[in-house]
Amino acid sequence: MTLLTWGIGLLVLMALAVAGMLLVKDKEMRRVFGIFLLVLVLYGMIGLSNPAARTLVNHQRLSERLVWYGILTIGAGVLIISGGIDLSIGSVFCLSAVSFALLLSKGWASPLAIVVIVAGAALIGVLHGLLVTRLRLQPFIVTLCGLFIWRGIAYWLTLPDPLAPVRGLIRFVSFGTLFTNAVTTTGSASNVGIGERSQELKGLIDLATGYPDWPAVAHIPVLGWVTSLPYRFWLLVLVAGLIGVLLHASVYGRYLYAVGANEQAARYAGVPTERYKILAYVICSVLAAVAGMLQLLELQTVSPSSGGSWYELYAITGAVLGGCSLRGGEGTVIGMLLGAAILPLLRNLCNFSGLPDDLEFTVIGVSLLLGTIADELLKRRAAARA
Amino acid sequence: MNWRARRTPRASNHPRLRSAGSGRSSLAPRNPVIPIPTVTTSPLLQVREVSKHFPGVQALDRVSLDLHAGEVLAVVGENGAGKSTLMKILAGIHRPDHGEILWQGQVCHFTRVGDALQRGICLIHQELNLAENLSISANLFLGRETVWGGALRFLRQRAMDRETRERLQQLGLDCDPRVTVETLTTGQRQMVEIARALAMNARILIMDEPTSSLSQRETEVLYEVVDRLKQQGVAIVYISHRLAEVQRLADRVVVLRDGRNAGALNKNEISHANLVRLMVGRELQQFFHKPPTSPPTAGTPRLEVRNLLYEKGPHTPVSFQIYPGEIVGMAGLVGAGRTELAEALFGIRRVSAGEVLLDGRPVQLRSPEEAIAAGVILAPEDRRYHGLVLQNSIRGNIGLPNLDRLSFLRLVARRREANLARAMCKTLAVRTPSIRQEVGLLSGGNQQKVVLAKWLARKPHLLILDEPTRGIDVGAKSEIYGLMGQLASKGMAILMISSDLEEILNMSDRVLVLHEGELTGTLRRDQLSEEAIMHLATGGQGAP
Repeated sequence: MTLLTWGIGLLVLMALAVAGMLLVKDKEMRRVFGIFLLVLVLYGMIGLSNPAARTLVNHQRLSERLVWYGILTIGAGVLIISGGIDLSIGSVFCLSAVSFALLLSKGWASPLAIVVIVAGAALIGVLHGLLVTRLRLQPFIVTLCGLFIWRGIAYWLTLPDPLAPVRGLIRFVSFGTLFTNAVTTTGSASNVGIGERSQELKGLIDLATGYPDWPAVAHIPVLGWVTSLPYRFWLLVLVAGLIGVLLHASVYGRYLYAVGANEQAARYAGVPTERYKILAYVICSVLAAVAGMLQLLELQTVSPSSGGSWYELYAITGAVLGGCSLRGGEGTVIGMLLGAAILPLLRNLCNFSGLPDDLEFTVIGVSLLLGTIADELLKRRAAARA
Repeated sequence: MNWRARRTPRASNHPRLRSAGSGRSSLAPRNPVIPIPTVTTSPLLQVREVSKHFPGVQALDRVSLDLHAGEVLAVVGENGAGKSTLMKILAGIHRPDHGEILWQGQVCHFTRVGDALQRGICLIHQELNLAENLSISANLFLGRETVWGGALRFLRQRAMDRETRERLQQLGLDCDPRVTVETLTTGQRQMVEIARALAMNARILIMDEPTSSLSQRETEVLYEVVDRLKQQGVAIVYISHRLAEVQRLADRVVVLRDGRNAGALNKNEISHANLVRLMVGRELQQFFHKPPTSPPTAGTPRLEVRNLLYEKGPHTPVSFQIYPGEIVGMAGLVGAGRTELAEALFGIRRVSAGEVLLDGRPVQLRSPEEAIAAGVILAPEDRRYHGLVLQNSIRGNIGLPNLDRLSFLRLVARRREANLARAMCKTLAVRTPSIRQEVGLLSGGNQQKVVLAKWLARKPHLLILDEPTRGIDVGAKSEIYGLMGQLASKGMAILMISSDLEEILNMSDRVLVLHEGELTGTLRRDQLSEEAIMHLATGGQGAP
């Protein structure tokens, strides 16, 4: 794509965002347009800093990363809307990836393994929810304990069995080796891999890592790019669509917002508040597990120590940048997606603008802070003008 | 040295430093003999043509008033008339856009709360400003602790506790200064706030609806305290919705309407009719809309409660009936367990024994969902906390309990929701620019109408109203009374919990009186009198 068409497209979108901010009356939609503008500015900075950033490959890479962040952020966002918080997202992510790998390496059929993992994650969500609603423990503390417990179990599951030194690293190194009977030397004892050559998983792995290939439309300007986004990007779109309908069009969503905004009022209005709070925890944990399985299929290895670490914070950051208030009752799915997009864009910016990678956390922190300040200032200006 | 000069804190001293430097001396004169100040011609505080604009509303428009030492000036007006804004300007929380404030004849600008506090202007806010998890004495001395040890600033805890206890006793409150504020009742908290203001040498005390959540006895204590402070030369600005207490307390009344001065009354002119006329700008034809005859109490009662025992309720079972078309008042002092009984009927509190019959059929209401399904509705006491989702729109709030009928395949039918909201707003005359308006921005009266709207859309059989008109202006009150009368005449049974005796006396067909959770008596309309209710509410048996 030439710089000119790229630039014109970007300017059109930015004009749209500005127009939305100025013209739309709904407070929440106005904020979404604001975040959209922020995303576009970031994207523009990246695109201008390096021509390589405007290539299809870079867009594909961005969309890949957006998938994990997006799924996690939507889960965290739904929970935050209902007035909760989950610090165990990264640990649930890791535990699901590890147990998914173990189930596959034991030869389970992949659909069955997926169902079991999703059910397990839902159970974790129910447990969190019950502790919060029935025992009235604080969500922060319950899920902080979850952060340790679930990761601890992931460690424990990957413990080398006593015979490991004898059998080599068979059980833990590579599932693929079980089928090829060749001991691989990659990975440490605590890494669980599913191997690259497994025929049984080929379809699933393709779906998780592959790209569609439609030469017929490849040369058409926009459509060609859109159709060459990875399959899993469409999984994210599907998840966002489902959660979007749930939150914005269904009775369930209304109740989730009401519970988050004023739990007492919802209770007096006859909403079974406990059930809806538990539902939010379940959605959050299940989406964390989905992201975990997806990442396992993609990287084909997972480490219990680093898999999914910090992800709860990325998810919360994305949700907050996307307009979810930690007080509950506020936020939109579109906003969450845009908020989730900011993190991979920042990483991309570091890559292309020559900032050292080590500064990535600092850049994320600073931009979250700036975003919060800008949001507050805009809110005050809007209040003064109204 | 006259009284005024001695009481004025030295302006150059920061309050904290002052008490730090002279910890003992601030404690020394505990019960000074205070001479009654001579009536001076110059007012203590003058407000001249003050205006204040907020987004979307001109809160104050050239408002003026004078305040003299040793008088109680009542400021009344409907909700949204600008009373609270004016008080916040006096307390230095807001700055006026135009106009000036004169302190003892000199123009002064309050730029922060400290400026007003330094001159002895204390605001006792509607929502009390106490740190609930700190002790009473810690609250009383917050920001001006008595210390020793120079820069090390060790607390003189015992000295502070002692002074706290004495100050509280002066206000008729006898409690341990070390207990945390969260254990106190609202009335006691109010006394702590007053004590704190007095400990700061308050010369002007602004009380914003001080009795709105006090029991009758606590209110009496407050009246006495106000009288005493007045004699000590403290000027009191008293904001209230209750016209009876304005008549009881005020030396002068300033009435605000739509942010403007609507008039002023001297002590001999204060009457219910005059106040209402100035507040609403017209004569209210009929304040309480109530048909003169009561419906018959025969046949099958709409609600029959037989020997009910409930969670954290009294040990003696409660029984009563409500017939279709009846408005039954439930009176009692604060803490008499009226709300708790209502919550038991609504399924929020667990029922441990006894029977509840609706139209003769026994029902078990274990949750609000079941109660609502059975046609029992509770409009809760605290509408901002229990009744409404403040940050949501009117449409969302009215829709919330009705979504079962406003959805298809569990997807919200937005147009039907909007139509319902619009129709209910029209029937209840909710004043709002649009149904998309945030409920938190509406006035108290309109908020209460939205609470009623969301429930009336379900056409309930039994409506339980807990303090239906608390904090609502006169005009909206009258409308709500009208609505209650209308609903009752259509056969709805209404149980109305209220601390407002006037309301109980004028709106009820029968009155149930509770004392410490127990039903001490039922009064028919012809037996109703203030004395009879108070007799039963304080635990008296039989006729007074």
